[in-house]
Amino acid sequence: MGQEGDAVLTPTTEEDLADIVRGANGPLSVRGGGTRGPLPEGEAVTTTGLTGITLYEPGALTIVARAGTPMEEIEAALASENQRLPFEPMDHRVLLGTTGTPTIGGAVAMNVSGPRRVQAGACRDSLIGVRFVDGTGTIVKNGGRVMKNVTGYDLVKLLAGSRGSLGVLTEVSFKVLPSAATEATLVLDGLDVAGAVKAMAAALSSPFEVNAAAHDPQSGKTSLRIEGLEGSVAYRTDALTKVLTPFGTVTSIAGAGSADLWRAVRDGQAVAGEGDIWRVHTRASAAAQVVADAKATASLLDWGGGLVWLRVPEGLDLRARLGPHGAQAIRVRGTGAGALPPEPPALAALTDGIRDRFDPRGLFKAGLAG
Amino acid sequence: MEMPKVDPFILAKKATLVARLSEVLPADAVIHDIEETRAYECDALTAYRCPPLAAVLPRNTREVADVLRICHDLGVPVVPRGSGTSLAGGALPTADCVILGVARMNDVLEVDYDDRIIRVQTGRTNLSVTGAVEADGFFYAPDPSSQLACAIAGNIAMNSGGAHCLKYGVTTNNLLGVTIVQMDGTVVEIGGAHMDAAGLDLLGVICGSEGQLGVVTEATLRILPKPEGARPVLIGFDSLEVAGACVADIIKAGVLPVAIEFMDRIIIRIVEDYAHAGYPDCEALLIVEVEGSEAEIDEQLALIEAIARRHDPVELRQSQSSDEAAKIWLGRKSAFGATGRISDYMCLDGTIPVSELPRVLAGITALSQKYGLRVGNVFHAGDGNMHPLIMYDANKPGDLELCEDMGAEILKLCVEVGGCLTGEHGVGIEKRDLMGHQFTAEDMEAQMRVKDVFDPKWLLNPAKVFPLATTQSRRATVA
Repeated sequence: MGQEGDAVLTPTTEEDLADIVRGANGPLSVRGGGTRGPLPEGEAVTTTGLTGITLYEPGALTIVARAGTPMEEIEAALASENQRLPFEPMDHRVLLGTTGTPTIGGAVAMNVSGPRRVQAGACRDSLIGVRFVDGTGTIVKNGGRVMKNVTGYDLVKLLAGSRGSLGVLTEVSFKVLPSAATEATLVLDGLDVAGAVKAMAAALSSPFEVNAAAHDPQSGKTSLRIEGLEGSVAYRTDALTKVLTPFGTVTSIAGAGSADLWRAVRDGQAVAGEGDIWRVHTRASAAAQVVADAKATASLLDWGGGLVWLRVPEGLDLRARLGPHGAQAIRVRGTGAGALPPEPPALAALTDGIRDRFDPRGLFKAGLAG
Repeated sequence: MEMPKVDPFILAKKATLVARLSEVLPADAVIHDIEETRAYECDALTAYRCPPLAAVLPRNTREVADVLRICHDLGVPVVPRGSGTSLAGGALPTADCVILGVARMNDVLEVDYDDRIIRVQTGRTNLSVTGAVEADGFFYAPDPSSQLACAIAGNIAMNSGGAHCLKYGVTTNNLLGVTIVQMDGTVVEIGGAHMDAAGLDLLGVICGSEGQLGVVTEATLRILPKPEGARPVLIGFDSLEVAGACVADIIKAGVLPVAIEFMDRIIIRIVEDYAHAGYPDCEALLIVEVEGSEAEIDEQLALIEAIARRHDPVELRQSQSSDEAAKIWLGRKSAFGATGRISDYMCLDGTIPVSELPRVLAGITALSQKYGLRVGNVFHAGDGNMHPLIMYDANKPGDLELCEDMGAEILKLCVEVGGCLTGEHGVGIEKRDLMGHQFTAEDMEAQMRVKDVFDPKWLLNPAKVFPLATTQSRRATVA
């Protein structure tokens, strides 16, 4: 673990960062805001000296920022023009009880995507450009500032969610979207997990543009969000209520109450507490099986069941419990099993080959453990 | 267009190659007669043609793996081919290559409405994916103009877009999983019916890799519930700049239409002659489409029309019926074909920041005058994806070269203003030699490293995407 009080290298330019990487003699412990818990072993380097929005063009739905820019600065700039990041990134501090300031680069490195992922896509879907320093200390750019771009290979996607294993991000560009004028949430009460997954599938299969669907097994509440122009939200609330009525009594929450509810889902509040935290990506129709097999202390379904948050006793190997449904189980906090699931040999050969070529000296490998 | 020198050692192996391919495929799936191979000599970039050494039409992943293993053993390059609709020469053969066509692989393997996915063999055409689910109220969102013919394999290779991707995204945003066969015959499953990989997002880099990393044989695609309705509005202007400003204002206002299409006068006239879509005769025409219930459409269009009126449109007309709407879209989607009826043309595909529209349109006009070639503009304005169509005469010596030089200048302009060489068609051979204008050597090296991992011998579609001089040493390891 990186020790308190160690000198943290804080480059303020891409070139300085490249020099640090080129000159490194051993593992680097790269961090953004450090909000995701224990930091990897190695010489500490932070991106928090690489800050600032470098371009924001509301008329082109584009924002570009240096990787260490605090998330709240990005969100405030967008809000001033009535726009937002489509993918609704979570704040890990709530779930993990950590401190620090989330950065935009951190969100990209982990492909952090919240409830709206089910409709508007993940962080990687909004990401349209990156600059990074790879493990040889070379500065690389890919993508750019336009939202349609197929020029060369899409390393933008490859970098998103790569956990810093291919390089240190220095600048990221996004396609953004207009904020919604209004929102409303419809709530079903008392469904079991299987029933909730069915109800969420029915809602997401309707034409009423449900953009978030979550179920909290503790409270038994299933929530579905609609956003848009005022008249449209009113219309779709009625129409969706009809779709959901076969599943139970539907109540609705508007405005701030709705926003609070989804902030809690986004941040995984329902599974916060003592123990290990896992997230399982699964086909939604298998979510009930995942919850049943996990026998977790607490659980939460997001993305219509495509994402299952689980809190289990410390050190438990959840993947062993889940069998094939645990193929995409990620340990977010805890010890024991690796954070990332093992990959089948042919896939692992590709993944390892790419990591080795972008980081031939293994400088960034420590980050994968946490 | 320069292509690698034909390898005589490979040509000499033709008999062995054909014999070995015939052991793993039915007789009618191995095409080696010189006349028959001509059917595969080009794609939709028809200016360049070259019959391949042979073509094969496997029916499933196993046969694809068998073919690739044989070609790998013999050191024969393979060019994958979807439906051959690439505008960038992505499926252009070399004389010493095998064309691997996926046309016989068009089965639907799984449909699951609860998970909103469809799994198909990748030879299936784009439109027939929607065809498989539309009776149940679903559709597959990416809609390239060639959607009637183009295959999902090609859509994945080029990360294809379409008119409606402003709202629904392009192929990569609608692709959940693939079965891919590497050049050495290794079959890899990547992604699936779930969202977002735990490990590296290989799916993201496979999509758009122009058939250079592997042959994608099966794909899991996201399907979406069909909207209740959709309605386009036509907005005509007497100036290109004003139309461009209107686009930016609509986007800034917070209504996000599902599509904003732009045509200039040259294209409006060509299309109107062909499709009788009822377009007004003006300098610039926008087709703006919104979706939802009748009332929702009214609400959104009221906002859009209010913005448009501030720019003094010469025409502002909502479609009054589904027939009229279909005509409006038929016109737009036939723009390339209609242009092809009256002239040879080259279709460019650069993307620019929307704010640079006026500057780039003015630049294109100036270049048109400088080169003496007519240019029509038809494009996806919402996302800045331009499609200048440069018209030339293929029978006039030197005209194609003139056209290519002019195209290169336009694409350089796109890069100069912060855009890119290609928004949805791909690099292929067409933009290959311009890559250095957008990327440094280091940027390209980082991309080529990925191919080194998937295809160490550089046998898959090797002469595309990167300038030949850049890939020389890698391709040289073949022999």
